Amino acid sequence: MKKETSCKADHSRSWLNSATGIELMLIGVLCLAIIVSTGIGYIRIPFLDVIQIISAKISGNSDLLKNFDEVLQVIVMDVRLPRILTAAIVGGGLSVSGAVFQGILLNPLADPYTLGISAGAAFGASLAILLNLGLGVYSIPLFAFAGAATTLFLVIYLAYSGDAPAGGLSSNNLILSGIIVSAILSAGISFLKYLADEQVSIIIFWLMGSFASRTWTDVLLTLVCVGIGFLVAVFFARDLNLMSMGNRTATSLGVNTRRLTLVLLITASLMAAICVSVSGIIGFVGLLVPHMMRFLAGPDNRRLLPLSMLTGAILLLCADTVTRAVLPHEIPIGILTALIGGPFFCYIFRKRHMA
Amino acid sequence: MIFQIDNITFSYNERQIIDRLSANLKPGKFYGILGPNGCGKTTFLDLLVKHRQPISGNIYYHGNDLSRYSTKELSKEIALVAQNFYINFPFTVKEIVMMGRYPHIPRFASPSPEDVEQVEEIMEKTGVNSFRNRFITELSGGERQRVVFARALAQDTPVLILDEATSNLDINHTIGMLNLAAQGVKKQNKTVIAVVQDINLAASYCEYLLFMKKGRIVAKGPTDSVLTPDTIRSVFNVGSKVYFDTFSNSKQVVFGR
Repeated sequence: MKKETSCKADHSRSWLNSATGIELMLIGVLCLAIIVSTGIGYIRIPFLDVIQIISAKISGNSDLLKNFDEVLQVIVMDVRLPRILTAAIVGGGLSVSGAVFQGILLNPLADPYTLGISAGAAFGASLAILLNLGLGVYSIPLFAFAGAATTLFLVIYLAYSGDAPAGGLSSNNLILSGIIVSAILSAGISFLKYLADEQVSIIIFWLMGSFASRTWTDVLLTLVCVGIGFLVAVFFARDLNLMSMGNRTATSLGVNTRRLTLVLLITASLMAAICVSVSGIIGFVGLLVPHMMRFLAGPDNRRLLPLSMLTGAILLLCADTVTRAVLPHEIPIGILTALIGGPFFCYIFRKRHMA
Repeated sequence: MIFQIDNITFSYNERQIIDRLSANLKPGKFYGILGPNGCGKTTFLDLLVKHRQPISGNIYYHGNDLSRYSTKELSKEIALVAQNFYINFPFTVKEIVMMGRYPHIPRFASPSPEDVEQVEEIMEKTGVNSFRNRFITELSGGERQRVVFARALAQDTPVLILDEATSNLDINHTIGMLNLAAQGVKKQNKTVIAVVQDINLAASYCEYLLFMKKGRIVAKGPTDSVLTPDTIRSVFNVGSKVYFDTFSNSKQVVFGR
């Protein structure tokens, strides 16, 4: 009996610690998912053709394209691939952002939206839709990003106290400020909807999230921002581990806690803001993926961040493919992630309690 | 002098916590800090590890202004066992103890064989080896405190600061941990600065005692000369008898009711 319990409590995680190959495997799965999902849709394209079209475009070798219909090339390169890549990058970005938020706020239930980023973005987007500005397709993402960024700095300003024990920004203060600001912004969004008349459906549709008709500009923008954010987060991953022991201990182990909190908070929030501004609000990815990865691979951020990024990319890409190509009618991706992610989260949450 | 503390003052929310405090601490000694609740002991330690900065006055470490040291440099000089030893994420015991080596390992490098060896040795000595692969989040308070203690020892610094580091341990483990700290003082000329609630424990381990009250040091000196009923009355406001105990080979205190 005693032996059994001690076995149960043994968490050496040898299978994951020794296997750095798991990242490589996930990269492989991601590439496969990109190719497979590019092939499926209203018009089916054989996978080998997809590979040939993509490699021809990348290498600039136009001879290879001669065998293919012009329409197929447009579908692959201009319609499906930008959307698929944006979905993958946003999934990765939201997951990394969630992992960082959970680490800094010392709260495994935090997510990229805990500090009101989503409410800020939604308010910005609603305002842009309502005002119907002449900035073309970019006015909504621009306003969404501005809203998210303004909210972030407002929350930091509210939470900041010069001589607090935590060195300026305590996680309790941050979470409380986030909740207050979100509540105000939600009321603001309701008011904008009330004013919006017939545009209200556009607002509601944006809030539910979608990757439809993304362009290469979106891919590039998110890729650069998420890439930089990921590198910053990974650079500080070890310090983030030390933060889990509390500010005092982290300081004594060489971490400048105030600077670290600020840098990572801004990095993770801006990553989330960029993602939201191109895709609308997609919930549960940033909460669920880091949670799942921590459950499987442990809380060490040096592994958690890359694993979360890859898994998040794969999951959101697959979810988007389901709404785009598998379901008879496309439903907003934000609804799908919440419908699948919510119950799944309940399941692992409950399971962890029972274990 | 390893620490020269020169007339430091610290206040928080307009409340004076440390009030013109001065002291000199010698290397290779075991110091105990005693005082009533809320007298500023933890804040004093915060100032020593540069978690907070004094509003006025200076602290010198090995003759250099403490504020000129970077957090990184200090992490190789001073280790701290803080009062709050709650850890939020399910790291394993071994991972936590290895974190004590982080200041000695470059950011993206993996631990050297020496680091691993040192961690193994300390886990053995502190008795946490038997649960090395369990999650820190599922340990009892006492077990967790020993892991945090082991982590500070793994940091292997010239100065070890203990903030009520044995508050949750049974007497066997309390003595075990304090013996490890005392060994470092004797064999490796380390300096230990410990806030202790138990006066008798302090009396048997500490070579020097500092008594604090209302943010000031009101009595300090070698344990044998400073530990008197008068000091105890003036600091804690209780009556006591102090006698030399041959079993522990130290002064001991009993209290009147």
